[in-house]
Amino acid sequence: MSTGNMNLTLKVWRQKNNKTAGALVDYKVTDISPDMSFLEMFDVLNEQLINKGEEPVVFDHDCREGICGMCSMFINGRPHGPKDLVTTCQLHMRSFKDGDTIVVEPWRAAAFPVVKDLAVDRSAFDRVIAAGGFISVNTGNAQDANSLPIPKMQADAAFEAAACIGCGACVATCKNASAMLFVSAKISQLALLPQGQPERYRRVQSMVAQMDSEGFGNCTNTGACEAECPKGISLENIARMNRDFASAKFISEETV
Amino acid sequence: MSGFGNAFSSSIGKKFIMGITGLFLILFLIVHCGINALIFLDDDGLKFNIGAHFMATNWIIRAGEYVLFIGLLVHIFQALRLTLQNQKARPVKYAVNDGKANSKWYSRSMGLLGTLLLIFLVVHLKDFWVVSRFTGIPTVDVNGHENLYGVMKVKFQDPVRVGVYILAMISLCYHLLHGFASAFQTMGWNHSKYNGIIKNVGVWYSIIISLLFAAMPIAVYAGLIK
Ligand code: HEM
Ligand code: SF4
Ligand code: FES
Repeated sequence: MSTGNMNLTLKVWRQKNNKTAGALVDYKVTDISPDMSFLEMFDVLNEQLINKGEEPVVFDHDCREGICGMCSMFINGRPHGPKDLVTTCQLHMRSFKDGDTIVVEPWRAAAFPVVKDLAVDRSAFDRVIAAGGFISVNTGNAQDANSLPIPKMQADAAFEAAACIGCGACVATCKNASAMLFVSAKISQLALLPQGQPERYRRVQSMVAQMDSEGFGNCTNTGACEAECPKGISLENIARMNRDFASAKFISEETV
Repeated sequence: MSGFGNAFSSSIGKKFIMGITGLFLILFLIVHCGINALIFLDDDGLKFNIGAHFMATNWIIRAGEYVLFIGLLVHIFQALRLTLQNQKARPVKYAVNDGKANSKWYSRSMGLLGTLLLIFLVVHLKDFWVVSRFTGIPTVDVNGHENLYGVMKVKFQDPVRVGVYILAMISLCYHLLHGFASAFQTMGWNHSKYNGIIKNVGVWYSIIISLLFAAMPIAVYAGLIK
């Protein structure tokens, strides 16, 4: 691995499992290249730990190109670190200075229990999706795309909502550990398209109910989620979800 | 429950209640501030006392007073419930959390600002509402109306009280700087053509209402109105 000239002090959250208490542990890493990604810097740290016969730090990662949403790290008080619109794997060491101390913690939320060290269990998101984040269609040939005209603005808004990668940064940064940005993006991507209409009001009720039962907090519109979301998901989606929820509860006759 | 299911016990339903009661309190403050601003006419409180007399005797206003108290209590109760639930949603706090990087401090301090408002409300209701409704206003003005204006002039000779009122109005300003636009977002009233207007009206509303309210004790204490 390319060597560089950065020497850093890391304070990394180490926790054996969900039953034991954890603590921040100090590590030094040396000769870090400014061109490394933050995760590659962690690879260097882990090699160092393995060579010394110590347990490497467990952290989630998969694609390392900003699309899978796995790389959850709360870096110096911000999810995915100091840069806007990037995931941890897209964060480079040039965003830090030689000699910096960097504090790395896991996402903290009752709904995201720590599995080990920096890895948390985000299956609460999966259960919210399973509660209604889909459309029911018969299998077979897809119909001709032009048979469902969709205004460009509508299609763009749906596409922007669909950019959510389920990383959980919104929950991690929210002072209330609220999942409203994630859930509203997953509701909006379908509510904005014709294919999503038949189940629109059932969907919003079941997904919100599941979100609540997972123990996420209540949104207070601080806007921290939107500011920290690596995909720039907009607060507009939350307003749309609230509108749909009101329609579902007070106007639609379908109860869930 | 018939058809409405868990509409108001869900996270969004609870927020609807916050939003509706908050907007209702915002409307109330316009009326309250408008009538109080009559003291700036500097007519020895005659117009103000007429306004106060109307507010104290008109049956619609008196019925509205119950709605106001219920609205306020619901707002406070719901705020407490939400704040406690939200704390439970993050049992282990971050060692380092850079909140200022992504949100305004007052948007993160609505519970604190609200609590300051609540303490102020107790002082304020004791100062004026209890006097006008229960213990009685001691004097009448030349029109024969109860002289609430006179009560106010005496109360605002106390610099500590004036200080408390000014601090409370600073809290109100910040509570509303977040709350006004937040209530619209909560209700789902978010629309690219109106968002700018809502934001601007919210900022002006918060500043004008709190400045006008704060100017009242200051003007009386400084002897700017007789
Ligand atoms: C005249 C007084 C008050 C007015 C005009 C007012 C107005 C508002 C408004 C408009 C909101 C935003 C609602 C939303 O986001 O949907 C709000 C939220 C809130 N208020 Fe008040 N409020 C007042 C008094 C209080 C008091 C006395 C307390 C506490 C004891 C309080 C605590 C809160 C809290 C905790 C929130 C939640 C923050 C949020 O959801 O964004 N408020 N208020
Ligand atoms: S809304 Fe943004 S921050 Fe939240 S899970 Fe989706 S991509 Fe991540
Ligand atoms: S590892 Fe996939 S988004 Fe970072």
